[in-house]
Amino acid sequence: MRALSTRRRHPLAGVVVLLLGLVIVGGLYATLAPRSADADDLADDEDLVAAGRELFLVGCASCHGQNAQGILQTAGGQYGPSLIGVGAAAVDFQVGTGRMPLAQNGPQAPRKEVIYSPEDIRALAAYVASLAPGPAIPGPEYYDTSEVTEDEIVEGGEFFRTNCTACHNSVGIGGALGGGRYAPTLEGVEGVYFAEAMLTGPQSMPVFSDEVITPEDKRNIVAYLEEIQTQPANGGLRLGGVGPVAEGLVGWVVGIGGLVLAALWITKHSMRVRKQ
Amino acid sequence: MSEREVERHTGDPVSDPGLAEHEFRPTDVDEAAEKRAERQISTLFGLSALLTLGFCVAYFAIPEYDSFAGTNALNLALGSTLGLALLFIGMGAIQWSKTLMDDHEIVEMRHGSASSEQDKTEALAAFEQGAAESGFGRRKMIRNSLLTSLGVLGLPAVVLLRDLGPLPGGLPTQTVWAKGVRVVVDVSGEPLRLGDIEFGQLVNAQPELFYETDDQGQPLFEGSALLNAKAKAAVVLVRMLPDDLVNPESAAMGIDGVLCFSKICPHLGCPISLWEQQTRNLLCPCHQSTFDLSDGGRVVFGPAKRSVPQLEIGLDEQGYLIAMGDFDVPIGPSFPEMYQD
Repeated sequence: MRALSTRRRHPLAGVVVLLLGLVIVGGLYATLAPRSADADDLADDEDLVAAGRELFLVGCASCHGQNAQGILQTAGGQYGPSLIGVGAAAVDFQVGTGRMPLAQNGPQAPRKEVIYSPEDIRALAAYVASLAPGPAIPGPEYYDTSEVTEDEIVEGGEFFRTNCTACHNSVGIGGALGGGRYAPTLEGVEGVYFAEAMLTGPQSMPVFSDEVITPEDKRNIVAYLEEIQTQPANGGLRLGGVGPVAEGLVGWVVGIGGLVLAALWITKHSMRVRKQ
Repeated sequence: MSEREVERHTGDPVSDPGLAEHEFRPTDVDEAAEKRAERQISTLFGLSALLTLGFCVAYFAIPEYDSFAGTNALNLALGSTLGLALLFIGMGAIQWSKTLMDDHEIVEMRHGSASSEQDKTEALAAFEQGAAESGFGRRKMIRNSLLTSLGVLGLPAVVLLRDLGPLPGGLPTQTVWAKGVRVVVDVSGEPLRLGDIEFGQLVNAQPELFYETDDQGQPLFEGSALLNAKAKAAVVLVRMLPDDLVNPESAAMGIDGVLCFSKICPHLGCPISLWEQQTRNLLCPCHQSTFDLSDGGRVVFGPAKRSVPQLEIGLDEQGYLIAMGDFDVPIGPSFPEMYQD
């Protein structure tokens, strides 16, 4: 203590105190500041990144380029878009739902059988995440609905109807967009992929960032979807859940058509005998 | 008589075959069959009565929210009992009429539908006599005053139409947006900073006024007033790469590629938020009107006749997004007067 107090009038004391303060504030900020989604520990695993790069060169580079920088067509369009900065979440979504690798060109990559194993998908995600910061694979706080209350499900429903129903329909059946594109059905989709789709905005879908729709809101949306997909169809047959068009079609064709056929059958069939 | 002679005789190209020989039903000739049919019919009616009673029992016995075979147990029970009860009454009635009710054929000949000449002249004469005796054609003052009084009778209906409500005052240009009103996230009411919105993002937003309260802690907008205001003020915020924006005027109404458009389709007023971030097109689900948001909301497809209105936005001192005023064009469905001046 004495040593410190004797040097407190040293010409460099002010500088030392200033530096000390900066270090403390910086250290506190680094530990206490909210961790952004960009901080992805997947990319820190060098072996995983290397394995991912091997897989990438075999399975993805033909469209996305040797360094995932994308390939431009001479006509001006994209052969495969750049993956720099799309983050691990985008890879986990696109490869984990089978959308990538693409089987053929078309307006939209459909959900299909998953080609890569979970470990390979992790490696690919690590490689792409190592290129530039991007959204990380979301944790269970985005989709673990085991402790969601009814009120939160209701709020999730409000968010869903405000932001999602325009394309995905009010029960998540999906619907048509322009030019052969479509909003896919949300039935049978795992919770993590909902969160990844909202974070990364795959294909035609817009992004719904955490600042606007918080992780808790996203989890409530997932809870709402789980709720409506498991609840009984109180109105009887759901008819695909696509709304009044299907109901009208069945009503007119099966209902009225059936009545007409029944009336024809009644008048046509009449048993007669010859009287002796 | 040969066939040709019949044809000449009746004037028909095909000779009248007459009535077919009457054939009897099993129940007409077989007593056992008749008894059986009788039993069938009364069984159907009896079952119907039982099912109707079953309907009443189900109504009280089955809890409201029980489910059965993936659907609501109560709805299923009520529908099937009452439906089958009605069906069995119908089946019994048809079986009754087809097997047991009298079965003889009846012939009713066709005849012309015009009145006879005598009836026509009599009716015409009665009308002319009435006209002459009343002096309707002769006393013109009475006739005209009667016609006037009958005509004026229509006025009360027109006057009463006023009670259907006041004329909608003000243009639909007027929404609750005003300079300085914050643009907040719909549902949560959270204010937005520029950095909250990523490229390719869509935000369904509302004016902050809907989430504010007055001095007494009451919401500024409530009930139908809230719905009316919301239906006009709803907006979508989108963020595009500034290089993708092809309309400098429209780009200047936003900040750094964040643009704010009305969520109400200018065709017939459906809410539009189907934003395809890759093509930057906003699609209306009702009639497929498509608007290019990178080009000031220009119509690129569909029945809409004008661009989707854009709201100019800015930032307040705390860095939150605010409106720079109200829409400068009418929002919502287009109407004929809009194009007159």
